[in-house]
Amino acid sequence: MSPALASVAAPVPAEHHARLTGVTRVFGARKGTGVHALGPVDLDLNRGEFFSVVGPSGCGKSTLLDVLAGLSSPTAGTAEFEGKPINGVPAGVGVVFQEDASFPWLSVEDNVAFGLRRSGVDAAEVARRVDYAIGFMGLKDFSKAYPAQLSGGMRQRVCIARTLVMQPRLILLDEPFGALDQQTRLLMGDELLRLWRETGATVLLITHALDEAAMLSDRVGVMSARPGLFIDVLETGWPRDRDSRIVSHPRFGELTAHLWDKLRAESLKHLRGS
Amino acid sequence: MRHILGPLLVILAGFLGWEVLHFVVANSSLPSPFETIVQMGVLLRDPDFWKQASQTGYAFGIAVVLSTLGGIALGILLGMGRLAGQVAEPILVNLYSLPKVTLYPVVLLIFGLGISARIAFGIMHGLIPLTLFTMNAILQLKPVYRRSAAVMGLTSWQTAFTVILPAILPQVITGARLGVSLCLLGVLIGEMFAARNGLGYMVTHAMERGDMPTVLAVAVMIAAVALAANGLLLALDRSRQP
Amino acid sequence: MASAPATPAPAAVAVPTASPATLLRLVVIVAAVGALEIACRVGWVPMTIVLPPSVMAESLWQLLLSGSHTRDIVVSFSNVAAAASLAVVLGFLIGAILHTLPPVRGAVEPLLASYYAVPTFMFYPVFIILFGVGSGAIIAIAVLLAIVAMITATLNGIDRIPLVLGKTARMMRMGPIERALKISLPAALPYLFTGVKLSVAYAFIGVIASEFILSGAGIGHAIAYAYNNFDNRTMYGLMLLIVLAVTVINAVLDTIDRRLQARLRR
Ligand SMILES: Nc1ncnc2c1ncn2[C@@H]1O[C@H](COP(=O)(O)OP(=O)(O)O)[C@@H](O)[C@H]1O
Ligand SMILES: [Mg+2]
Repeated sequence: MSPALASVAAPVPAEHHARLTGVTRVFGARKGTGVHALGPVDLDLNRGEFFSVVGPSGCGKSTLLDVLAGLSSPTAGTAEFEGKPINGVPAGVGVVFQEDASFPWLSVEDNVAFGLRRSGVDAAEVARRVDYAIGFMGLKDFSKAYPAQLSGGMRQRVCIARTLVMQPRLILLDEPFGALDQQTRLLMGDELLRLWRETGATVLLITHALDEAAMLSDRVGVMSARPGLFIDVLETGWPRDRDSRIVSHPRFGELTAHLWDKLRAESLKHLRGS
Repeated sequence: MRHILGPLLVILAGFLGWEVLHFVVANSSLPSPFETIVQMGVLLRDPDFWKQASQTGYAFGIAVVLSTLGGIALGILLGMGRLAGQVAEPILVNLYSLPKVTLYPVVLLIFGLGISARIAFGIMHGLIPLTLFTMNAILQLKPVYRRSAAVMGLTSWQTAFTVILPAILPQVITGARLGVSLCLLGVLIGEMFAARNGLGYMVTHAMERGDMPTVLAVAVMIAAVALAANGLLLALDRSRQP
Repeated sequence: MASAPATPAPAAVAVPTASPATLLRLVVIVAAVGALEIACRVGWVPMTIVLPPSVMAESLWQLLLSGSHTRDIVVSFSNVAAAASLAVVLGFLIGAILHTLPPVRGAVEPLLASYYAVPTFMFYPVFIILFGVGSGAIIAIAVLLAIVAMITATLNGIDRIPLVLGKTARMMRMGPIERALKISLPAALPYLFTGVKLSVAYAFIGVIASEFILSGAGIGHAIAYAYNNFDNRTMYGLMLLIVLAVTVINAVLDTIDRRLQARLRR
């Protein structure tokens, strides 16, 4: 495990790293005709596991992530991180958003260092961690470049590196590879697995790609159409040191088929409905 | 109806502010809104006002027609020849931000003191934005439009009238809106300097006599007409782009 | 571009100014100036109407050397600087405040969209009453002309800050001030700078035009004075000065603008 990226040991050793109990989110509830976006959802994330969430678009996946990140509070139910209720953005949680969130006015290097510098880490340590994260994400040759000069995939890597240097214990990723082509996505998936192994962090990945979920995860949660509920949680049984080559494993096909089986009816609802 | 109410309230607030200013300014050389409106009534019944207004309207009308036709033609010409467009663009932008009044004496030397100088000056103001907008609309036209037209087997005339023209129309209308406004400004500034008729002259002349109600009455009326006309063009503009 | 002020949309196509176009542009300008020179020298254009460019340049040179118009030049440029700075600062503040008050913004915005249709200049006499003939009235009318471009640019700039950057700021647990300075301001800067560029252009137009119509000093006044006294040499010399000054200022602002815009191209 690399010392530069290793997550700081959790202050409260908890069996469940993060836990949602009966979490429901209704938008515009006060106006009467609210949008019931999510829930009630129960979810236990085990420390150090790689958990993926798949579901039809609009089913409340991003809403779920916002609750875990402390960006919005549930209408009903409770959310906990490391044994404490989530109230505002908890320390130790990092997010990579679906949209490109790199700062176009900063170089790659400064983007990655941004969070560290304002948290009062000394300059030498900042340089060390930034260097490592940039190298880790394969951005060495672009550390002085600006986001506008990079491809979408590289910008997303900048965002991952920026989250990584803060050494989060829980990393939430919201369809981070949505805009990339299939081949790049597979390779990014490998990097994500490597990152997960090296940091020992808990990872929650939201995706709409079934193969991505089947290949990367320890467990996959399948969500129903809105309001999103978990209709199935699947254990993949992959070893920890897996990579994208498992796509040729017969089990990969079975897992993907199983996920599609569960999702087909829900996706049809989305297609025919709203 | 509701989106009219807001701006009306803002205009009303503006009039209130004006009223306050009227009380604050020493011995009120600034007429109140009420005095101004009374003066508008007087002017509207005065045949001389209508004579001046028709002078301005005449110069403005000709300038608008000529600069609109010229601007669109020039814009299409420069847009079609890509290189010509790239060469001309910075020059046009520079001309656009030039304080054109400084060049008015040249116009006067060429056209004399008559109405044609003011028409020419109006065109100088109105032509450039329309040319720029039209040119950029064509330069930025998605190549897929032309290729689709070609695939559908349209002739170049059919392509021009059924594909390119509708595609650039919104930007042309925006440019025309701007051009019309600037045309009016050009004609009025022309009248304010070295002219013996027109509403611009009327304002400077009234100012020299210290007749502030007339200055404000004419200025406010022009502003109101310009706002209304622009609002109409804007509505037209918006009805075309959802 | 729907509610943008009087800005011709910059040609995205023409932005990375290809060097052949730049070169050709130079050739076109030189050829035009040369043609005018020849036309004047040969007598196709009477000297009483237009002077040859070389004479204009010579006149400007002498004028600058003799210092005969130094005061006018200083007055004009300091008025432009004052008007542009006021317009930028006030326009930014008003824009930022309007942005936090959606109902007020909704009421004001349609008027902003039509603002440049109003020949603001007709209200110059009003400012003469309020401030007297002099820099006060001139700066006021120039600010009035320039400020709306800055307000519109500010509103547009804040609107265009991607929502995800706001979420990122929240993930970093920033306070409102840190967020405004480290996220909102740099994210909106390219759009704000477009407002600055326009404000400078409008301030220039406002100041020179006011001086031209009624004033006791400034380059605009000096041009009008020279025109009225049939002093074509001075008039054309000063015109050349304005054209050169505007061109240089435009070029500088444009270079900065392009750099900032290049960041945005995603
Ligand atoms: N701020 C909001 N106000 C109202 N409705 C919202 C809001 N955010 C999301 N929604 C609605 O909630 C549902 C779930 O949204 P989201 O969590 O973004 O879906 P997903 O990420 O799964 O595509 C959608 O129907 C969406 O329209
Ligand atoms: Mg989503």
